Amino acid sequence: MGTIAATKTRRFHNARWDEPVIFELSTPGSRGVLVPTTEPALAAEAGDGLSAPPESVRRRTPPALPELSQAQVLRHYLRLSQENLGADLNADIGQGTCTMKYNPKINDQLARSPKLAELHPLQDPSTVQGILEVMHRLDLALREISGLYRFTLQPASGSQALFGMQSIIRAVQKARGEWPRRNELIVTIFSHPSGAATAAVAGFKVITLHPGPDGYPTADALRAAISDRTAGLVITNPEDTGIFNPQIAEFTRIVHEAGGICGYDQANANGILGITRAREAGFDLCFFNLHKTFSTPHGSGGPACGALGATAELERFLPVPVVDFDGTRYRLEYDRPDSIGKLRAWYGVPGVHLRAYAWIMSLGAEGLRRVAEDAVIANNYVLSKVRRIHGITIPWPDKRRLEQVRYSWQRLADEAGVTSEDVGRRMADFGLHYWTSHHPWLIPEPFTLEPTEAYAKVELDEYVTAMERVAGEAYADPDFVRGAPYASAVHKNDPSPLDDPARWAITWRAYLRKHGRRSAP
Amino acid sequence: MPEALPVHPYLPNSVPEIRAAMLREIGVEDVEELYADIPPELRLGRPLDLPAPFASETALRRHVEGLLARNTSTQEALSFLGFGCYQHQVPAVCDEINGRSEFLTAYAGEPYEDHGRFQALFEYASMMGELVGMDVVSVPTYDGAQATGTALRMAGRLTGRREALVPRTMHPDRLRIVRNYVEPAIELVPVGFDRSTGLLDLADLRAKVSDRTAAVLVENPTSLGSIEAQAPEIAALAHASGALAAVYADPSSLGVLEAPANYGADLVCGDIQPLGIHMNFGGGHGGFIASRDEERIVREYPSRLFGLTTTAVEGERGFGDVAFERTSFHEREHAKEFVGTAAGLWGITAGVYLALMGPQGMRDLGQACLQRSRYLARRLSTIPGVRAPAFESVAFKEFVVDFNETGRSVAEVNAALLERGIFGGVDLSGYFPEIGQAALYAATEVHTKDDLDRLVSAVAEIVA
Repeated sequence: MGTIAATKTRRFHNARWDEPVIFELSTPGSRGVLVPTTEPALAAEAGDGLSAPPESVRRRTPPALPELSQAQVLRHYLRLSQENLGADLNADIGQGTCTMKYNPKINDQLARSPKLAELHPLQDPSTVQGILEVMHRLDLALREISGLYRFTLQPASGSQALFGMQSIIRAVQKARGEWPRRNELIVTIFSHPSGAATAAVAGFKVITLHPGPDGYPTADALRAAISDRTAGLVITNPEDTGIFNPQIAEFTRIVHEAGGICGYDQANANGILGITRAREAGFDLCFFNLHKTFSTPHGSGGPACGALGATAELERFLPVPVVDFDGTRYRLEYDRPDSIGKLRAWYGVPGVHLRAYAWIMSLGAEGLRRVAEDAVIANNYVLSKVRRIHGITIPWPDKRRLEQVRYSWQRLADEAGVTSEDVGRRMADFGLHYWTSHHPWLIPEPFTLEPTEAYAKVELDEYVTAMERVAGEAYADPDFVRGAPYASAVHKNDPSPLDDPARWAITWRAYLRKHGRRSAP
Repeated sequence: MPEALPVHPYLPNSVPEIRAAMLREIGVEDVEELYADIPPELRLGRPLDLPAPFASETALRRHVEGLLARNTSTQEALSFLGFGCYQHQVPAVCDEINGRSEFLTAYAGEPYEDHGRFQALFEYASMMGELVGMDVVSVPTYDGAQATGTALRMAGRLTGRREALVPRTMHPDRLRIVRNYVEPAIELVPVGFDRSTGLLDLADLRAKVSDRTAAVLVENPTSLGSIEAQAPEIAALAHASGALAAVYADPSSLGVLEAPANYGADLVCGDIQPLGIHMNFGGGHGGFIASRDEERIVREYPSRLFGLTTTAVEGERGFGDVAFERTSFHEREHAKEFVGTAAGLWGITAGVYLALMGPQGMRDLGQACLQRSRYLARRLSTIPGVRAPAFESVAFKEFVVDFNETGRSVAEVNAALLERGIFGGVDLSGYFPEIGQAALYAATEVHTKDDLDRLVSAVAEIVA
């Protein structure tokens, strides 16, 4: 029984199938699926096909793919699925910054309709009016939620939206004749690593602001970073600490006065929907992760959408095409000479757009505001409980938090020699997902909890109780926690082969070459 | 206050007593106290102006399905569209697996609670490795264009050079994505094509490849559908100048076309959408990058790479990230490009597909595509004024149809086909003005002889 949350931990054990790698299940000659046959009359005219490719590139040896019957393939992957913990199966609050909320099943069902799944992107626009209308309506909703002028749904993730933002900032400075003189891009340390990484890819020199006494950068630190080389600022608010920077409008004013563009990474928007917007804070660009705030499933890492919005002044730089509506018909507009070009194939991931639209339409304005409030209440509720767990410290303990908190196990590490990674492996033994945090670990031994609006109080209690229990175990028997997990699909990895070029094996063929069949790395 | 509103099924703590208990635990009277850091001038101060929500799943379904009903899918029409996005058979098991909650709603778990995801993506990479003949394959990136952009940037870093030669026939949208992505690291230089074969113009390549060339990109098949018979020679020309050969391959062709590693590819990239993934109005894409297992190449990948390892228990296998410190998760702006959410679910799906197909299935698939495209081209070419294939080269699953002599524009032909419930081939006249009124027709294993004959009759009628 947990003393803080007064609930029990679960007697969990993950499925452990000891499932072979699929190549080991192969029986030569087995078939998993048949290809439609070719009618004899067709073959009579077309020939056997196989001899058609020029010899220079005709396949000589068949690919050494595994050969299995259909149900064997199904069972193999079902077993692997049972060895995987989706958000549907746990109170997935341990992946802070990623907003692991409930993904409504009705929206998945709608997105699976052949009326979407079986559409080709180059069909005549008259045959895709329905999905174009969905995309347009979603654009309209995001305009209202952000206050910006227009959105593209093309970026297929937050990182790609960040890269799109960097591409637009570069294009704006070019259009102003300021590139490459203005080649410095300012980011903050408590934002996603892709903010900095995409800036570097786009050719910017990256300047990173660190937090001041209140947990966010001071306006003076920003002023010190500004110069006539400043191209722009890309910032998150609240940052990954969960602390809202109340000076944000001052930040955007400083950057604008210096000739820079301001981009808002709204990865952490879940606590502020309907409360505060990009427009009022003075941003030129912003993006929302539809797979986070707007409830679409994370898909084991995509496909996703980072919907990217711009002001009226900058919308001409958005990637092509945009969806236009003339009051009667929807069309895809490509004739936009200032556009940065394209970020992702076609129009992004419409199945994600449809789900996000459906989610907004099942909540409405009041519902979205309640999402934000409930996410903030849940976070502060968890904070209030976690604060009492021995071994955990809270940086900037007196600052208010919105939708998440980055905590530290440094005290536990000092007192018991148990790290945040150790805790994470042990949390898996209770059927709960836990993640440390992005590097660099400015907050030592970090973890970030983002409860979202989606988990019941009793589920939040269960998570806190498990964490309290693991902390207790760490003080009583640190080796036990360091040796975790015990109830997972597999036990603690030996990480050394993964960083050793002589032993790492990224494919089965590399494994066989380096280690021989069935031997250990 | 919202407490007066009904409890929402997605908001478990909207039950008034629960909300009150949570606020009590926090020690505040009202949620507003938690928002005190947001200054009044930044507050919206009014409700969002959004349409009224639907109060039930039934109402929501009626609305959304009503919108989707305005679409006509390729199940309802007969489609010959391709050009990078293809209608292939999607085995039911692929949808069964990618619809599983455990994969669909997972994200970025650790090798323990997400062992299944790690193994499934390791297996995906392993099977792709067999297709392309390489020992290293990345976890999927966004699409084939992103894979191409990254492959060219990798080549730039590996060679210390700043120029990449790309085919003039490269898909223009892919080119746009790549151009934006590689700036300012790599300059793209187009290489012309032979107007009779549609294949790369080797004279132009020889004139352009130099000690500035980081990579020569070979598309096989080309974006216009032709099998690039000269691929080995192109790779050799690249190597002779100290450049890398990067091959953009359609994985659905690799049961019948040679593994690119065997004709000189140093880097292989492409798109996995044909491998058991619905077209999804363009949402079904994922990119792959593959190479030899050389440390200096592996350390240039931005993507996550999953590898096999041992665990604390004798004989047990685990999976984890190989050389994680390359990535932007670890090194921010000092990393190799960037990594994040991309197309994990499609990687798992493509793995399921390849496991179902096996070597025989991939061979049958390739054969079916070769036969159908050849049959369709021959039949179309019997129509006066229609030239198909427009190029004297072998098509894999799509080919150019030249309508110039018919006196009809492709737009006119396609409009007339649409009236007959047929989606004609992609109109190339805007993309490649130099070939005039031409269209790209795709024929895959999903097409029957009747489908192909129906198209041919319709075209004959329209251009008559």
